[in-house]
Amino acid sequence: MRYSAFKIFTQGLTGNKGWKPVWREPDPKPEYDIVIIGGGGHGLSTAYYLAKEYGLTNVAVLEKGWLGSGNIGRNTTIIRSNYMLPGNEPFYEFSMKLWENLEQDFNYNAMISQRSILNLVHSDAQRDAFIRRGNAMFLAGADAEYADEAQLRRELPFLDFDNARFPIKGGLYQRRGGTVRHDAVAWGYARGADSRGVDIIQNCEVTGIDIENGVCRGVQTSRGPIRAKKVAMCVAGSSGRVAAMAGMRLPIESHVLQAFVSEGLKPVLPGVITFGAGHFYVSQSDKGGLVFGGDIDGYNTYAQRGNLPVVEDVAEGGMAIMPMIGRARLLRSWGGIMDMSMDGSPFIDKTHIGGLYFNGGWCYGGFKATPASGYCYAHLLARDTPHPVATEMRLDRFKRGHIIDEKGQGNQPNLH
Amino acid sequence: MIINHPHLGPRDAAEFIYLGDASLIDRPDWQDENATEKFYEYGYLRNNPAGEHQELWYHEQGDRSWLVVTRNTLTHEITKVEMARDVARARGRSK
Repeated sequence: MRYSAFKIFTQGLTGNKGWKPVWREPDPKPEYDIVIIGGGGHGLSTAYYLAKEYGLTNVAVLEKGWLGSGNIGRNTTIIRSNYMLPGNEPFYEFSMKLWENLEQDFNYNAMISQRSILNLVHSDAQRDAFIRRGNAMFLAGADAEYADEAQLRRELPFLDFDNARFPIKGGLYQRRGGTVRHDAVAWGYARGADSRGVDIIQNCEVTGIDIENGVCRGVQTSRGPIRAKKVAMCVAGSSGRVAAMAGMRLPIESHVLQAFVSEGLKPVLPGVITFGAGHFYVSQSDKGGLVFGGDIDGYNTYAQRGNLPVVEDVAEGGMAIMPMIGRARLLRSWGGIMDMSMDGSPFIDKTHIGGLYFNGGWCYGGFKATPASGYCYAHLLARDTPHPVATEMRLDRFKRGHIIDEKGQGNQPNLH
Repeated sequence: MIINHPHLGPRDAAEFIYLGDASLIDRPDWQDENATEKFYEYGYLRNNPAGEHQELWYHEQGDRSWLVVTRNTLTHEITKVEMARDVARARGRSK
């Protein structure tokens, strides 16, 4: 499916009856070189980069539900590369650079808007920590900018600078951060992969992983067995369930993260703003709704809904930095399942089973990583060596003691 | 969620702190031959089941007891609440 101004014009005159599906709906073939389990953002971008950058097109993406029905369809759409540790920051900066060229690359409008992200600072110690993180970002080629209180008072006069408990002292900007139309990312990657010959198979649930003598030979699905030279798990919140089919236990717990949208308002927020003393982040969508969220609920769950204490906590965080949010009515809220890892950082690695690969542990930060995750996973699948920016994201890092713990919380997934 | 505390009756889950899988009761023996491997598995690997899950909750805003709660991770339904002390004793710990 190709788009042009001429096509929009002629379709407009003919009742929009000539649009065709953006991707095919093929039946599964009995065998592929690579089978990707999970047709979400990361699975589709993996297929796209496998086909485009590594020339591998005998690939199938298996999706249990409909395409993009997982976390790519239910996140708060923020992109950023403001991490600190050397195992993370080059990877996320690589992802940011891919975002910056993504629309041209897959020729699809993903409404990528680099409207900036601002992490607010509430104490002297936090200012030191954030400036240190800004310097770490420079080392990886990212941008960072410290804004003092006077500058923020000019730019964002609605913030509660004189809050008695959490006064706002400044903030760390990443001007290249921003938001993306999340569904369009899935659709753009799907179209790009499909047009290069990748089979995207929806409503095809993987029910078993075939392992013979320590080597993975394929998968059992609700639409019959499919043999594959390589099988790539890429199922985020369901990682534990799929890995269990291969007899694996993972350093991951599944938790629920809630997100919220207010009624549509006139433009009030120029970019993404995050609270530094609690957990709260907010941006404004192009339709005008305030999109915001906070902490995960904190207990193991596979139910895509949360509970009220966290709703209250998120609302309190919002009121603490911008009291005007109290005048907006909540339109809707939802929950998604997060694959919370033991150090808050992800995995892109081989498993101990031959031909079986794992991508997961994205916690609540998988959306921004979508392009780099797919690119690095494709690199691993094609070359059997990690991409240079993903060499630390190994499954055995806890055993070796090389954890990537941005917050220094230890092996407690609900604290990351 | 409401947790039916064995001594205090139904309490709001917000009064509790969640730790994780109740297998954390089964701390490995540090003198074991494979202690390093066992502590790695104990500290980092989880079953993470979809369905019935036994987990540790700490009643911080109440009597500060540790509970083992059996809860369904697909529905949030709680089917059993025990004192962690009793569970640990039944497993031969905490002599």
